[in-house]
Amino acid sequence: MEQLISAEYLVSILLSGISLGGQLALIAIGYTMVYGILRLINFAHGDVFMVAGLLGIYVSAAVPIYIAIPIVIVLTVALGFFIERAAYKPLRSAPRMSVMISAIGVSYLLENTATYVTGGQPMTYPTISFLTKTVNIVGTSTKLVVIITPILVLVLIALLTQLINHTKIGMAMRAVSKDFETSRLMGIKINTVISMTFVIGSALAVVGSILYFTTYPAITPTAGAMPGLKAFVAAVFGGIGSIPGAVIGAFIIGICETIIKGLPSAWNVSVFSDAFTFALLIFILIFKPTGLFGEKATDKV
Amino acid sequence: MLKQKTNHQGSFAAVIAIAVLLGLIVLLENLSDLIPGLPAIFAPTSQLFTVLKKGAVYSLLAVSMNLLNGFTGLFSLGQAGFMLLGAYTYAILTVPMAAKDQVYYLYGGSAVKFSLMDLFQGIFGNAGFGGGVSLILAVLVGLILAGLVAALFAALIGMPVLRLKSDYLAIATLGFAEILRAIFQWQTLGPITNGANMIKNFPTFSDFNIKNASGEVVLRLSTFVPFLVSIVCITLIVLLIHSSYGRAFKAIRDDEVAAEAMGISLFKHKMLSFVISSFFAGVGGGLFAMYVANAQAKAFTSTMTYEILLIVVIGGIGSISGSVIGTFLYVACSEWWLRFLDRETYIGSFKVPLLRSGFRMVVFSVVIMIIVLFFSKGIMGEKELSWKGIGGLLQKLKRKKPAPAAEKED
Repeated sequence: MEQLISAEYLVSILLSGISLGGQLALIAIGYTMVYGILRLINFAHGDVFMVAGLLGIYVSAAVPIYIAIPIVIVLTVALGFFIERAAYKPLRSAPRMSVMISAIGVSYLLENTATYVTGGQPMTYPTISFLTKTVNIVGTSTKLVVIITPILVLVLIALLTQLINHTKIGMAMRAVSKDFETSRLMGIKINTVISMTFVIGSALAVVGSILYFTTYPAITPTAGAMPGLKAFVAAVFGGIGSIPGAVIGAFIIGICETIIKGLPSAWNVSVFSDAFTFALLIFILIFKPTGLFGEKATDKV
Repeated sequence: MLKQKTNHQGSFAAVIAIAVLLGLIVLLENLSDLIPGLPAIFAPTSQLFTVLKKGAVYSLLAVSMNLLNGFTGLFSLGQAGFMLLGAYTYAILTVPMAAKDQVYYLYGGSAVKFSLMDLFQGIFGNAGFGGGVSLILAVLVGLILAGLVAALFAALIGMPVLRLKSDYLAIATLGFAEILRAIFQWQTLGPITNGANMIKNFPTFSDFNIKNASGEVVLRLSTFVPFLVSIVCITLIVLLIHSSYGRAFKAIRDDEVAAEAMGISLFKHKMLSFVISSFFAGVGGGLFAMYVANAQAKAFTSTMTYEILLIVVIGGIGSISGSVIGTFLYVACSEWWLRFLDRETYIGSFKVPLLRSGFRMVVFSVVIMIIVLFFSKGIMGEKELSWKGIGGLLQKLKRKKPAPAAEKED
């Protein structure tokens, strides 16, 4: 055993685990905020993340990457906003399951459109030279993206928490997630708040997609499905609706997954790296359905 | 055939209708042999029969999902997982001993030293009439076991999972399906599941075509078989829905709290619906393996579950006949009618824009979104197809038709 696992190996696995966790965290926030307000598992969010990756490829082919990134953010935010207005808003008073089915429909549409546009071939994400620079850390050489991801995530989370706790729109968001109907009666513009949630979620998904696809550069039309589901599990794990919970959940899932992938290949367990996430989900749903930081919801008759 | 059976006369009519339908299927399938020179559409290899076979298989899958989602109100997304269990159970148990070494060559043969095919062929022989009997029995027992394995797994996970509410239930069942997919791709189980490779060479629909001594097909039954199995299974589900259990399911769907107050045991009925739905999903998975002639874990992704869910939505959540109609429309559109959208087309020298590979699915998903958003009741809503309903519709049409004609005369 001692020969198998060296200190450098351990550090490199831990680093890439933290980096994956950070990328998942950025997607997970989109899930947890939408769920907190609409009580909807936005199945299309993972596909929005995939579309952001594809847009990155197409836009950066036309303009330099540093101009491309803001354009991609604007386009993806517009997509997120449009999805909410077109597919979820008309169903505001419909049963919750209809909205979820609509989300599945949107996911299906985005994946099929991506297949049509790309021809189903895996696309290669452009290299952002700044992020792929090699640096040395504790004797392990690694890409800069691995170091930047957790820092960037923490900065963004801090900004987001400020927004939610100290601005008017943030207060409205908290009110809506507490009680949808009452806040509407209190004069909060529900639709603006919901659109804002989708805008923030999509913008963070773009940042996530840049970091994620710099590490795993092949984008297929279904590339968003798995990271999306994992990010959702992270959100459930941390307690759905709670932003710090989603981030901690994402880091735990990212690290565990990288460890499983890094286990000796003779054990043949790397196939379980995805399954582990779901096992964790089922475990948490059975023993603590509210997650680590979730609030207990009671059923009203 | 799916008429609500309120009296014996109704059931009798339904049985007749089913028999006529099955007879027509056999006739249709053999038409090209009986009358030479028919259009290509009647050839056994045409899209028509692909649609019919796939439609029969997917009908069962859609109806079994509808039993859970539409009639009991349990929003489960585990369909692909139960299908996977069914497909693998059927495939593992029916690959003939002689073919095992070739199928499992990466693992030096299979760990399952048993095959239903060889078992029954040992009793009834493997040629002529005896061969037919052993094929039928092997497939029948294989499919029933496929259903039972899926049902057993459902019973195991039902205990914790069914306590969860709506979307948590959906995500938990989805999770179990993903875990199953990983387990069946695990190299260590390779001697049983063939790892990530496909299991093949087990009996499929085309094995039911009756051949004469020189190997020529004399009677085609490859479309008849999936129809027969599907119809039997769907009839069982319809009977269940019309029983007191079915009424309890609907009561739970409409209002859990009220149902419990009326003395319906929530857990018992939810479990029953979950297990039965999974049983038929397992059988459907076995049929699916027969249809594609292989079993491979990576086919049973969550996308497959979504596909079946969308079929249920198109047909109408809570309508059996809606699910069946929805399935055939969905399959016919995706496999046949919309194929032209995938071909680059020229009118003269003008290239029709947008048409190329993949466009069909884009158009298709837009149509699905329109249905989901604007026609959320689907084709049938919660109604069923019945003789009365058709009669009423015809009368309406009759009454309507003269009216515009009269207007024109004015």
